[in-house]
Amino acid sequence: MSFINYLSREINCKIVYYGPGLCGKTTNLQWIYQRTAPEAKGKMISLATEQDRTLFFDFLPLSLGEIRGFKTRFHLYTVPGQVFYDASRKLILKGVDGVVFVADSQVERMEANMESLENLQLNLSEQGYQLEKIPYVIQYNKRDLPNIASVAELRELLNPLKATEYEAIASRGNGVFDTLKAVAKLVLTELKKGSGG
Amino acid sequence: MNMVMYEEELNQVQVVVDKLVRDANARVVCIVDKNGQLIAASGETDNLDTTSLASLIAGTIAAMGGMAKLLKENEFPTQFHEGVKANIHIQLVGNRVILAVIFDSRATLGLVRLRVKRASDELNNIFEALTRRLPQRGGNTPFGEITDEDIDNLFND
Ligand SMILES: Nc1nc2c(ncn2[C@@H]2O[C@H](COP(=O)(O)OP(=O)(O)OP(=O)(O)O)[C@@H](O)[C@H]2O)c(=O)[nH]1
Ligand SMILES: [Mg+2]
Repeated sequence: MSFINYLSREINCKIVYYGPGLCGKTTNLQWIYQRTAPEAKGKMISLATEQDRTLFFDFLPLSLGEIRGFKTRFHLYTVPGQVFYDASRKLILKGVDGVVFVADSQVERMEANMESLENLQLNLSEQGYQLEKIPYVIQYNKRDLPNIASVAELRELLNPLKATEYEAIASRGNGVFDTLKAVAKLVLTELKKGSGG
Repeated sequence: MNMVMYEEELNQVQVVVDKLVRDANARVVCIVDKNGQLIAASGETDNLDTTSLASLIAGTIAAMGGMAKLLKENEFPTQFHEGVKANIHIQLVGNRVILAVIFDSRATLGLVRLRVKRASDELNNIFEALTRRLPQRGGNTPFGEITDEDIDNLFND
């Protein structure tokens, strides 16, 4: 649910990075944080375990610039990917405007990817959302590793909805901003539709 | 659906938070929506990262709501945390927005509670009126007129 503030002339949107444990969601946000000019970002907050696994969420506020005199602000969140944190994932999905599914390209993580994607669909539907109807982008991460599935295989297993897809090496930044821009654009386009434009 | 707030309502909310800062001797008062967006703030906010604070306040309210559900409670609408210098009182208002008061030894919990109660009622009225007006506003956001080009331009860096 975006929030339009006519006093400060701001529009705030919420984007959630979803995906299995260790797929690289937090790494995406860290890269975005490092490569964004200070005036365009706020502090990145990571509620993590001592082993740097996301415990509740990561949060990064970004300003993308102005549209028609309105500042566009995006609040990026990651969910904890580990299976047993499902209650937290549900909470973070509340009020979401756009979703990035980060898949781990490694062959041995394919089952975890599929399980996480099903979990995403289930948790969205509990809130009356459908993945096919909301702004949604998929990222095939860790393309630098040796034991990875081909994009064709990943597409077949994980992207039956034919969402916009990107290959990425989040730890080096490849594909990170492409993914973010694509989802942000879909969110803004949706806002335009939603307001009868 | 989007949440849209106009000057008029935001000014009304601002009046309530400004007054609460004074009446409760608070350091900071802020209103946050349940998704973590800051709606209004007042008091000593200059050196405070209110954006981060807002997302964390919403996070704790969300977490407590999740716990309430497991315990078959409706909500845990109030939280109070005591620090060495600062204390924070967090109140869910009308299940819509969150009212957070940060205070120090210049105030007491009793006073804060009392003032929060009154401010909550006022905020409830404002947000109830807003919710009634929301359906008429669908076609009225500034985003109806934006073009694909406007959106593209945002990303040309
Ligand atoms: N080789 C390689 N490693 C990556 C890539 N992206 C992330 N990593 C590494 O994978 C590990 C886990 O990354 P995180 O970003 O913490 O994973 P996460 O999805 O946030 O995990 P949870 O918080 O448990 O859900 C880290 O050591 C990253 O450096 C990538 O593209 N290639
Ligand atoms: Mg993480």
